[in-house]
Amino acid sequence: MNMNAPLSPYSSALGKANSEVHTLSVLVDNEPGVLARVVGLFSGRGYNIESLTVAEVAHAEHLSRITIVTSGTPEAIEQIGHQLERLVPIHKVTDLTLRGNAVERELAMIKVAGKGANRDEALRLAEAFRARVIDASIESFVFELTGAVGKIDQFIELMRPIGLVEVSRTGIAAMSRGPSPT
Amino acid sequence: MTEIMTGAEMVVRALNDQGVDVIFGYPGGAVLPIYDVLFHQKHIRHVLVRHEQGAAHAAEGFARSSGKAGVILVTSGPGATNVVTGLTDALMDSIPVVCITGQVPTHLIGSDAFQECDTVGITRHCTKHNYLVRQIEDLPRVLHEAFYVAQHGRPGPVVIDIPKDVQFAIGTYVGPRNIEHKTYRPRLDGDAQPLARAVEMMAAARRPILYTGGGVINAGPEASRLLRELAGLTSFPLTSTLMGLGAYPASGKNWLGMLGMHGTYEANNAMHGCDLMIAIGARFDDRITGRLDAFSPGSKKIHIDIDPSSINKNVKVDLGIVGDCGHVLRQLINAWRALASKPDKSVLAKWWAQIDKWRARNSLTFKNSIKVIKPQYAVQRLYELTKSRNTYITTEVGQHQMWAAQHYHFEEPNRWMTSGGLGTMGYGLPAAIGVQMAHPGALVIDIAGEASILMNMQELSTAAQYRLPVKIFILNNEYMGMVRQWQELLHDGRYSHSYSEALPDFVKLAEAYGAHGIRCSDPSKLDDAIMEMIDTPATVVFDCVVDKTENCLPMIPSGKAHNEMILPGDEAEIEDAIDASGKVLV
Repeated sequence: MNMNAPLSPYSSALGKANSEVHTLSVLVDNEPGVLARVVGLFSGRGYNIESLTVAEVAHAEHLSRITIVTSGTPEAIEQIGHQLERLVPIHKVTDLTLRGNAVERELAMIKVAGKGANRDEALRLAEAFRARVIDASIESFVFELTGAVGKIDQFIELMRPIGLVEVSRTGIAAMSRGPSPT
Repeated sequence: MTEIMTGAEMVVRALNDQGVDVIFGYPGGAVLPIYDVLFHQKHIRHVLVRHEQGAAHAAEGFARSSGKAGVILVTSGPGATNVVTGLTDALMDSIPVVCITGQVPTHLIGSDAFQECDTVGITRHCTKHNYLVRQIEDLPRVLHEAFYVAQHGRPGPVVIDIPKDVQFAIGTYVGPRNIEHKTYRPRLDGDAQPLARAVEMMAAARRPILYTGGGVINAGPEASRLLRELAGLTSFPLTSTLMGLGAYPASGKNWLGMLGMHGTYEANNAMHGCDLMIAIGARFDDRITGRLDAFSPGSKKIHIDIDPSSINKNVKVDLGIVGDCGHVLRQLINAWRALASKPDKSVLAKWWAQIDKWRARNSLTFKNSIKVIKPQYAVQRLYELTKSRNTYITTEVGQHQMWAAQHYHFEEPNRWMTSGGLGTMGYGLPAAIGVQMAHPGALVIDIAGEASILMNMQELSTAAQYRLPVKIFILNNEYMGMVRQWQELLHDGRYSHSYSEALPDFVKLAEAYGAHGIRCSDPSKLDDAIMEMIDTPATVVFDCVVDKTENCLPMIPSGKAHNEMILPGDEAEIEDAIDASGKVLV
């Protein structure tokens, strides 16, 4: 929290000190504008989006799943859930972080350029991280890496001194563990 | 039964099937096919407004006074952008409105065609839901779904954008009975467990208060009846927001008056000092709470609302009950009746004695004058002379709105139409037109300010065309009064651009539109002039010339708590009452 900013008399006493990161899984009708509604809700009400993934998940039923990683106080996150539920084309909002016991994965492509020892080192690390080579040239690789966010972050940091060129990440896809749906 | 027809015919047919008999609109290129169908039928009356914003507020006034959805029909581009303020107003105040907009044909969408705008994009943030209908097959479902969404759960505005080629296309019409929304199913009944807990808390309370809002009115007249029953059973004092006035009668025993920024001393102090607050269909808006960290610090709070996102949004409550106010009130009454041991009403005697002390401060008092009409006095006289009639009141926004809320007293719901959440100047006259269309024989009065009324003055022409005998009662102080008041309080009396320079002669203006004009500036002649207004069976513009510098009190200065009110007679303290952090608030 910015201590220099004047404390608004309307601001809740809770402040922003206890900010948490939550993953929300949102099942929506796959209709035009539904993503704009969700994104517009976040920007209009000043909520954070740290990552967002969306794709159709059931073609016959026209359902898409939006997975959003957001941050805020527990109160703000509860409010985000309720605000999402108000949107008419939304079927279900699940706070996977609150429920616990969810699997979360992200896919990243990492382009690394280099020659000689750097090239060998990149390949060696890729193997250790179980990253696949999906493109190679004489002086570059594109690695594909799937895993938890932290693992991808770590891999990118290791590639940086070796010759990191660019990164493309999908954002998180997530799901509850066990037999019942999310 | 299914029938083959054009998209435009489906629109009119669906309106019929939804029981719509009045719509408010303005034609244009992209809605001509629908207007052509309207030309051939007699069931639906179309009210031609003079600006699309007027259509939106008229539909709101119609909806709020009748409990039915209001319907708007406008063209693409400017037609659609002009209704945006009205849609936002309806969203903020939870008013069921269905707005049909024409759109350029589907093959031109995205080409910056003449009178094209991204209507669903623009209105996404100011509607409860909106649709762009790209194919005729979807149209009947969307039409009926729109009425369902607008009227169920927390009501709100819904836009249906229909490209012109879809209006011409031929398809199969489906009636409303065969249509059910896939996902949208608001909860009506409250859960048993929190209800039982709520009744326990109510039975244990010694300083309770019922704080009710527009949700009770939206839940229908039965909810207002149940609220009265609950108040009677429990003897709990009751206050209401601006939006909730009329749900409980102002003459009722438990009534403390309106609460909030310009609420009564007794209502605000009772909110501050209560040990149990029961919020019903109210949303803890900043006009109500004042300073949040000092808001009713010692109380447990129960919040009943159909919108789960309203609960714990601004104020953390101890118990939330999601449900329709009417349903939950009935459940509460049943549970209260079933209590094994009800608290004796005498346990509230001390609380009521305290409230009576606050009430004795008489916070709505003002210094009357025999030389100049005080605006409060004008509203008081208007109330006294119209209270026994079938009267509906609308307002614009500003000081006159607050004086109307303070000094006009409502006995029934749906009698008070005002722009609460958005605070839209220019709301009152078109809203009055909508009310009069819903209640042809009633006395409909727009209590206005001279600045607000000019924002949608053109609708006087609409009132004249349909011979609507609405009364426009202008409290003319030649200032944007609330702006002037805040400039006095916060900016050392530097009245930057808040003086209503070059005002029209409202009497002549009325006559120019074929309406009747009255001017009064003498308190001793006010009653006669008001009677002349009431007895004139035509549109009347009443230019009530009032004290120019009267302030609207009592007032919770911005950034202050409920128990830090400025009362009449304390004006000198106002300037010092607002500190830097209060100054940034609106």
